[in-house]
Amino acid sequence: MKHLKHTILALAIGQLAAGGALAQSNVVKIDGSSTVYPITEAVAEEFQKAEKNAIKVTVGISGTGGGFKKFCRGEIDISDASRPILKKEMEACAAAGIKYFELPVAFDALTVVINPKNAFLKQITVEELKKMWEPAAQGKVTRWSQVNPAWPDQPMKLFGPGADSGTFDYFTEATVGKSKSSRGDFTASEDDNVLVQGVTQDVNALGYFGYAYYAENTAKLKAVPIVNPKGKAVLPSMENVLSGAYEPLSRPIFIYVSEKALQRAEVKKFVEYYMKHGAKLSREVKYVPLPDKAYATNLDHLKKGKLGTAFGGVAEVGVTIEELQAREGKL
Amino acid sequence: MALQTAAEIRALIARHKRWDVIFGVIGILCLSIGLLTFATLFVDMLIDGYARLRPEFFTEFPSRRAGQAGILSAWIGTIMVMLVTAAVAVPLGVAAGIYLEEYAPSNWMTHVIEINISNLAGVPSIVYGLLALGLFVYQFGLGQSVATAGLTLALLILPVVIVATREAIRAIPGAIREAAYALGATKWQVVQGHILPYSTGGILTGVIIGMARAIGETAPIITVGALTFIAFLPPSPIKAEPPFISFEWLMSPFTVMPIQIFNWTSRPDPAFQANAAAAGFILVFMTLAMNGLAIWLRYRIRRNIKW
Repeated sequence: MKHLKHTILALAIGQLAAGGALAQSNVVKIDGSSTVYPITEAVAEEFQKAEKNAIKVTVGISGTGGGFKKFCRGEIDISDASRPILKKEMEACAAAGIKYFELPVAFDALTVVINPKNAFLKQITVEELKKMWEPAAQGKVTRWSQVNPAWPDQPMKLFGPGADSGTFDYFTEATVGKSKSSRGDFTASEDDNVLVQGVTQDVNALGYFGYAYYAENTAKLKAVPIVNPKGKAVLPSMENVLSGAYEPLSRPIFIYVSEKALQRAEVKKFVEYYMKHGAKLSREVKYVPLPDKAYATNLDHLKKGKLGTAFGGVAEVGVTIEELQAREGKL
Repeated sequence: MALQTAAEIRALIARHKRWDVIFGVIGILCLSIGLLTFATLFVDMLIDGYARLRPEFFTEFPSRRAGQAGILSAWIGTIMVMLVTAAVAVPLGVAAGIYLEEYAPSNWMTHVIEINISNLAGVPSIVYGLLALGLFVYQFGLGQSVATAGLTLALLILPVVIVATREAIRAIPGAIREAAYALGATKWQVVQGHILPYSTGGILTGVIIGMARAIGETAPIITVGALTFIAFLPPSPIKAEPPFISFEWLMSPFTVMPIQIFNWTSRPDPAFQANAAAAGFILVFMTLAMNGLAIWLRYRIRRNIKW
C-alpha cells in the first residue's frame, strides 16, 4: 500500500513536469480587449470546429492594456487590441525581445447613445462632445443648456467606459483631443451593460460605447448622429463606417501576433483562418468588416514578414486602413 | 411595589406574554427577509433560465450563439478545481487542527497562531488571488492552470477547515482521552483510534461548507487569470495505456462556472442573460446540494457514535 502511494506521487510529479510542456504545445493563447473578444471568440469557435478540436484555442479578457502586458512578457501568442500599441508597451516588448505583426481585423463604431424619450438631441458635433467630456467640464457643465443654449435647462447624466478601456482612450482622443483626458464625474463601468441600463433608465442620460452594444439594444436606446468633418450628421451603421462618413468615431481594431508564436503551425493556421473568415464572422457579431483587400494585405504582410506597428506608439484618429497598411512598421 | 390582587398579577403576566408574541413576530420577520430574498433570487433565476435548462446545456461548449452555448467546460472545470482544492485543503487543514488541539503546547506562540487563523478566515478573497498570482502563477510557474486555481481556493478555505476540525475535536468529551491515556495509549494512538473517528462528521461538515464557499468564488480566480472562452476539456485523468493515470489535466487551462456567468452577463446580446440565469441556478443548486450532503453526513455519522 505504502509502495503504491509512493509510486503514484513520483508519477504525479513526473507527469506534472511533462504536462506543463505538453499543455503549451498545441494551445493558441489569446488575451486582451473585451471589444475585440466577440470576433476572436467567434473565430476561435469556428476554427476549432474546422480543425475537429485538434488545436485548442483559449481567449481571455483582460483589457487592451492587460493583454499587451501579458503579450510583452511572452505569456500569450496573440493580443486582442482595441487601440494601437503604445510607446511604453512597444518598449516593454522590445526589452523582452518580442517582435509582432499588427493586423487590423475589423472596424468598430463608437456610438453615442441617449434615452429614446430624449426628443431635443437630433445631432451632436465633436465640439459639443468636447464641451461635455473635457476635464474642464468637471463639476461645471452639468446641464444640457450649458453645452448648447438651444437645448433645455435640464440636468445631464453622463455614462462611459472606465479608464482601462481602449474605448475610453479612443473616444477621448477623438473628441477632447488627448487620449485618456476626460472629466471624472461620470458614471463609469467596464461592463457596457451597466451603461446600457443607465441610459435606458434616465431621460437626461448620454453615454458612449462600442456599436455592438447599441445594435443589440436598438429598442431601448437611440443613437445620436455625429456631425462629421464635412459637416454632415451621420448615424453609425455598417455603410457609413465603410464609406468613411462616420468620422471621427469609427476606429479599426487589431490583433497583435507574436513573431515567435507564428512559427508554430497551429498559430499560423489560426491567424490565416482569422484573415480568411474574419469578415463574415465580424459582421455576424455586429462589427464592421474591413474591405476584403485589407485581409489579403494582412496575409501578404505575414508572408513577407512585415513586423511592427504603423502608429509608432501614438494613437491617431481618422486614418484609413489603406493608409495604415501602406506605412512602414515600427517595433 | 408589591402586587396586591390576582387581577394585577394576571395583567402583568399578560403583558409579558404580549412581549413574547411581539418578539416572536419580529424574529419571524427578520428570518423571512433573509429567506425571501434568497427564494426570490433563486426563483427569478429559474424563471429566466428555465428555457435553457436542457440536457444539451450541460454537454455543449460555450458559443457566440446564445442558443447553442452550454456550460460543459465550466462545470467540468469547476469539479476539477474543487478536486485539487479538497486534496490540498483537507489533509493540511485537518492535520493543523489536530496539532493545535492535541499536540500544541499552550503558550503565547500557539495563541498567536490561533488568533491569526481566525483572522485569515476573514481576509477578503481577492487578497488570496493576489498572493496566488505572485506565488503560484509566476514564482512556481504553474501558469493559469487547474492546479493554480485549486491551490488558491485551498488556501482560501484552509482556515475554515482548521476551525471546523478544532470545533469537532473539542466536542469530544475529555473523559474519552483520559480513559485512553490511562490505558497507556500514546497521543497518536488516541488521535487515530478515537479523536479522528469521532470528529469525522464535524470535520466533513466544515470541509463541505468551505468547498461550498470556494465553488462560487470569482474574484481570486479572475485575479489568477482564468480564461473566459474555452471550448475544450482538460485531458482525461484516466488513460487507456499504462500508467493509466495522468496528471496532465492539472496544468490545463480551464474556466469555471462563476467566470462563465460573469462573461455571459456582460454580453451585448440579451439572450445571453438567460444562459447566465440558468448557469447561476445550477451553481446555487450545486452549493445547496453540497450543504445538504454536509447535513446528511453529519446526521449519519453522529448516529453511529455512542459513548
